[in-house]
Amino acid sequence: MSREPDVVQPDAVTVTVTTEIDVAEARQEARRLALRHGFGTVRAHGLATAVSELAMNLVLHTARGGQIRLTAQDAAEAAVIELVAEDDGPGIPDLARAMEDGFSTRGGLGCGLAGTRRLVDTFAITSRVGEGTRIVCLVRRP
Amino acid sequence: MRVPILRLGRVLLTSLPADLTDQQVMDLQIDALALIQAGKADGLVIDITAADVVDSYMARILSETAKMVTIMGGVAVLAGMQPAVALTLVEMGRGMIDMETAFDLEGGVAKVARLVASRGGRHDEVPIA
Ligand SMILES: Nc1ncnc2c1ncn2[C@@H]1O[C@H](COP(=O)(O)OP(=O)(O)OP(=O)(O)O)[C@@H](O)[C@H]1O
Ligand SMILES: [Mg+2]
Repeated sequence: MSREPDVVQPDAVTVTVTTEIDVAEARQEARRLALRHGFGTVRAHGLATAVSELAMNLVLHTARGGQIRLTAQDAAEAAVIELVAEDDGPGIPDLARAMEDGFSTRGGLGCGLAGTRRLVDTFAITSRVGEGTRIVCLVRRP
Repeated sequence: MRVPILRLGRVLLTSLPADLTDQQVMDLQIDALALIQAGKADGLVIDITAADVVDSYMARILSETAKMVTIMGGVAVLAGMQPAVALTLVEMGRGMIDMETAFDLEGGVAKVARLVASRGGRHDEVPIA
C-alpha cells in the first residue's frame, strides 16, 4: 500500500437517524471511519459507543430523529474525528441535570450523555427548548 | 425473528445478535423466564460476542433481564465480552452492568452451576431437612 499524504481532505459521513436500524448503521460507519484513519480498535470502539448513545437519544427523545455527522481530519502526527449529533426536537430544559449520571426522562439508565462525555476528548452540548439539540464531540488519535 | 434459546442440561444459552430490537428483547425475556418458571432450567447465559457495542441502552436491557431471572429464582451470567467493550464500559462509568459475568459460554455455564450449587440448589426448592 502506498503511503498516505500527510494532510488529506476531510473524510465525512452523515447518517440520518430515525430508527434503531439507523443507530446500528451510524455506529458501524463510525467504527469504519476510525479504523480507516488509523485509530486502534479500542478507540474505534469507544467512538462507536458514543455514536450509539447519541443516535439512540435521537430515536428515543425526539419525534423525528436527527442527524449524526462524522468528519475525520488527518494531520502528520495525529488524526481527529468530529462527531456531531443534531436534531430539531423538543430540546433539553435542564442541561445540567440531563448531563448527570442516572437522570432519565424515559426510564433509561441515564448514563448516555454522562458516559459519552467521559468517552470523548471534547464534549459540547447546546439545546433550546422547542428548537432542538446539538452535541459536538472530538476524538483524537495521538 | 426471535432470538433462539438453547438448553444445555439445566442452563439456557442465548447469543445476542448485533442488531437486537426492543421486541426481540421482550420475547427473549418472556421465553427465558417461562423456561425457568417451568422448572426446565436454573439459569441463563447471555453471550454478547456478536454485539456491536454495549451502550447504556443495551446495559439496561442486560441488567434488567438478569434481575428478572434472579427474581424468578434463577441465575443469569453475561459471557463473551470483548476486551474493547469492557474497556469502554469502564471508561463510561462503573456500574453500568449489574450482573455476573464470565469469559465465554463455557465459563458462563460453569458459573451458573457453581452459583446454583453454592446456594444449595434452586431458590424455590424446599430444603430437605
Ligand atoms: N436529543 C435529545 N433531545 C431531547 N432530549 C434529550 C436528547 N438527548 C437526551 N435528552 C434528555 O436527556 C436525558 C438524559 O439523556 P441520557 O442519554 O443521559 O439518558 P437516557 O437516554 O434517558 O438513558 P440511557 O442513555 O442511559 O439509555 C434524557 O432522558 C432526555 O430527557
Ligand atoms: Mg440516552
